Amino acid sequence: MFDWLANPNRFKKITNKLEPSLLVISLLFIIFGLYFSLFDSPKDYQQGDAVRIMYVHVPSAWLASFLYLSLAVSSIFYLVWKHPLADLISSSIAPIGALFSILTLITGSLWGKPMWGTWWVWDARLTSMLILFFFYLGFILLHNAFERKVDGSKSASVLAIIGIINLPIIKFSVDWWHTLHQPSSILKFDGPSIDNQMLLPLTLMIIGFGLFSLYLIIVNVKTKLIEKKCEALILKLNLKELS
Amino acid sequence: MNPKYKRLLILFLILSILGLATKLVLMALEENIIYFYTPNELKKKYGNVKNIENKIRIGGLVLEDSIVINKNESIFEITDKKDNIKVFFKGQLPDLFREGQGIVAEGILKDNKLIANQVLAKHDENYMPPEVADALIKSGVWQGEKKK
Repeated sequence: MFDWLANPNRFKKITNKLEPSLLVISLLFIIFGLYFSLFDSPKDYQQGDAVRIMYVHVPSAWLASFLYLSLAVSSIFYLVWKHPLADLISSSIAPIGALFSILTLITGSLWGKPMWGTWWVWDARLTSMLILFFFYLGFILLHNAFERKVDGSKSASVLAIIGIINLPIIKFSVDWWHTLHQPSSILKFDGPSIDNQMLLPLTLMIIGFGLFSLYLIIVNVKTKLIEKKCEALILKLNLKELS
Repeated sequence: MNPKYKRLLILFLILSILGLATKLVLMALEENIIYFYTPNELKKKYGNVKNIENKIRIGGLVLEDSIVINKNESIFEITDKKDNIKVFFKGQLPDLFREGQGIVAEGILKDNKLIANQVLAKHDENYMPPEVADALIKSGVWQGEKKK
């Protein structure tokens, strides 16, 4: 099945159809999500308007973690099944994940100053999120650090897989240890402790961010496929000239 | 064995060993990872020690009727419903600071009192509009932050 999916031509065929609708739908979700989060949702009884930062912060954090999981899974596919497409997918995911994790850190910091009274503390949640950002950076750097591209792909994939260990730490840090960061409001046993009027824009934004990332990844992979083709062509031309 | 499965197995082994190692490290470092102690935990850990020179952080709720705000110093008590610790703080209190609010204070312990150099508000995981909060308090379903 993986071989069937990993065929670059089939990938292009499927994604060519998906691409435009993905872009439109994700932008619609984000536009409506932003409208509700900024204008048509209530203030929080404690935080006031600062609660609106959450509508960007939480989706970014979820996406940063979820994209990392995808990065690690496609790295496993690359290392175990040696599919070149899997490596292209990993290296396409990494910069987007890095972006979402830095967005999480920045928006969290902007919220922390007025609410907690500090931009940053070294508690378990904040620190593990920073480490996630470093794993993304490490992947990108390692991927480009070698003369032979295969070496970079392999070592970066190993790093990505090691980083999986950080994911449960991020998720459960707020339950395992005392942290300044509040525990989860949505994924908890006794149902979300967030008002429905606030859950709506949050859900819209999460879906919007998710679909938009998928769109970006597809565009990224396609660009890399074309790049590879160009490199192969140039190589061919050079060989011809030599002979 | 199929080389694919061999690679998969090796990856799985490496991950489990690393996971185990991480768990051990985290367990060993637990004291450094937790961001604060509650007053009761502090008592359990240090017994009856009255002075702690190193900076510590105490977290809990602001005890009701314990807040005294003087010109340049605020005095209040942090409680975890088992033990209380008195806090002295010269500085700007966070906006969310009030009775029953979760907070974290950092400072040194002197004579069983915390001389704080920083007080942070700890927000909880409840998000709701003010009307809903009022309604919940009125109907008695929820006691609100104040009486928690």
